[in-house]
Amino acid sequence: MTPRAKLVALRTIATREILRFSRIWIQTVLPPVMTMALYFIIFGNLIGPRIGQMDGFNYMEFIIPGLIMMAVITNSYANVVSSFYGSKFQRHIEEMIISPTPNYIILIGYVLGGVARGLSVGVAVTLVSMVFHPLNIHSLGVIISMILLTSILFSLAGLINGVYAKSFDDISIIPTFVLTPLTYLGGIFYSISMLPEFWQTLSLGNPILYMVNAFRYGFLGVSDINLAMSYMISIGFIAVLYVFSLYLLRTGHGIRS
Amino acid sequence: MTAALTISGLKKTYKGGHVALKGIDLDVAQGDFYGLLGPNGAGKTTIIGIISSLVNKTAGSVSIFGHDLATEPAAAKACLGLVPQEFNFNMFEPVIEVVANQAGYYGIERNEAFERAEKYLKHLDLWGKRRDIARTLSGGMKRRLMIARALVHEPRLLILDEPTAGVDIEIRRSMWRFLREINAAGTTIILTTHYLEEAESLCRNIGIINEGVLIENTTTKKLLNTLRMETFVLDLAAPLSELPDIENQKLVQLDDTTIEADICRDDSINALFDELSKRDIRVLSMRNKANRLEELFMDLVDSGNTRAAS
Repeated sequence: MTPRAKLVALRTIATREILRFSRIWIQTVLPPVMTMALYFIIFGNLIGPRIGQMDGFNYMEFIIPGLIMMAVITNSYANVVSSFYGSKFQRHIEEMIISPTPNYIILIGYVLGGVARGLSVGVAVTLVSMVFHPLNIHSLGVIISMILLTSILFSLAGLINGVYAKSFDDISIIPTFVLTPLTYLGGIFYSISMLPEFWQTLSLGNPILYMVNAFRYGFLGVSDINLAMSYMISIGFIAVLYVFSLYLLRTGHGIRS
Repeated sequence: MTAALTISGLKKTYKGGHVALKGIDLDVAQGDFYGLLGPNGAGKTTIIGIISSLVNKTAGSVSIFGHDLATEPAAAKACLGLVPQEFNFNMFEPVIEVVANQAGYYGIERNEAFERAEKYLKHLDLWGKRRDIARTLSGGMKRRLMIARALVHEPRLLILDEPTAGVDIEIRRSMWRFLREINAAGTTIILTTHYLEEAESLCRNIGIINEGVLIENTTTKKLLNTLRMETFVLDLAAPLSELPDIENQKLVQLDDTTIEADICRDDSINALFDELSKRDIRVLSMRNKANRLEELFMDLVDSGNTRAAS
């Protein structure tokens, strides 16, 4: 395949993925926006004033970046896992496997779909947050780079889950029992400096903590974690998951018998 | 001339130990219309799966127009179009997108992809349904959609795995016409089917596979010439009270006015008519009882099984 032909194949997969979630936006984009609006109302408006300051910011201001990041993480992951497993279930993954499209183009195409949904939901949640609190931006570069890296990372993780999934139950187990707890414990609602030392150290094993804190730094200019460490962890995880995803596609795990 | 498809020593053992292919060697010439027949579980779909990269082989090699699938996968895959046995398109996409997206996976630019999709959807009488969601199509339309999708990148080798299963006779005949046209235009076609009449009518060469072994690979004509007996059903003008006893002729009475006669290929059927006329038995019409190929197919499969058992 020529580079031009590969680009056409990539555009085809990415466009198909974006159209897929856009056509069902009531199921894919609207619910997380509604959920986050409720978080803003309950935790920010109603409970927040009683909590007081967190790292020198009012509580609403503190949780906004984390909630945006939570929406991006869950939606990037959900988009790829459901789309990839759906294509296995309906067997239209075979359309791509029989074609000359290289595996890395298939992989990047799915990831672009996940990133597109993650960013769409992230932007929508950001707009809703502005109803509750004016947006502070400390570093736009950090915000954009960190949201992109996080979205890519969880899209890759979603694809791996999709490869291994053998039933629709399997695509909800990881988000429910792994992703959601790690996200909630990833410093969205609190600063880890509030935790006892043991729990602080344990929290450092949660990769989502690094992303949430770096993202928050982009808005507020404060972070529990060193920014460079957050980038290294994100890029490191992306590299590992990318190589592993490619390996799974190349060997046809869960796809070819 | 390079063969359209070359398979050498192809073996497949599935996890769990089931041996699906025991070493298949097969060449299909360019421009051929080749029929691959065999009972359920014989290994036909496994062969097609390996050719189309949907099944990992255990041993052996596959080349498509001289491109080894293991060492030149992109070039080999670009030559191949597949119409699988089961529907495998996105049921929630509009029909035209199913076809145009497939073109995209082969690197065909969007505008051209839609032009080609229009061409093949019109050829297969689906243009009026182009904006419909694929799952709303009837079974026959879904089969035709898979053919349009397989052709959109204009492959040199088209493999159809039971393409007319479950479609009515009218659609089946129109699909046959269409397949003959694209074969005449130069596309090599490999067809698996359970409708042996279909293979007899379409294929120039036939391979029969049973229990993972290719037990026959020859021209359709030669295969049919090996048949010794044909069975004819004769409809009589008047009811028959007793089955006539004719020397060297096996007759079976099906009902009052219908009899069945086995005729050796070397014998003239006139002799039977002469004998019936002598006995005042008038024949109104006559037809072949069974598909000839079907009969031969069963003989070959049975003898293969007997050999395997002994």
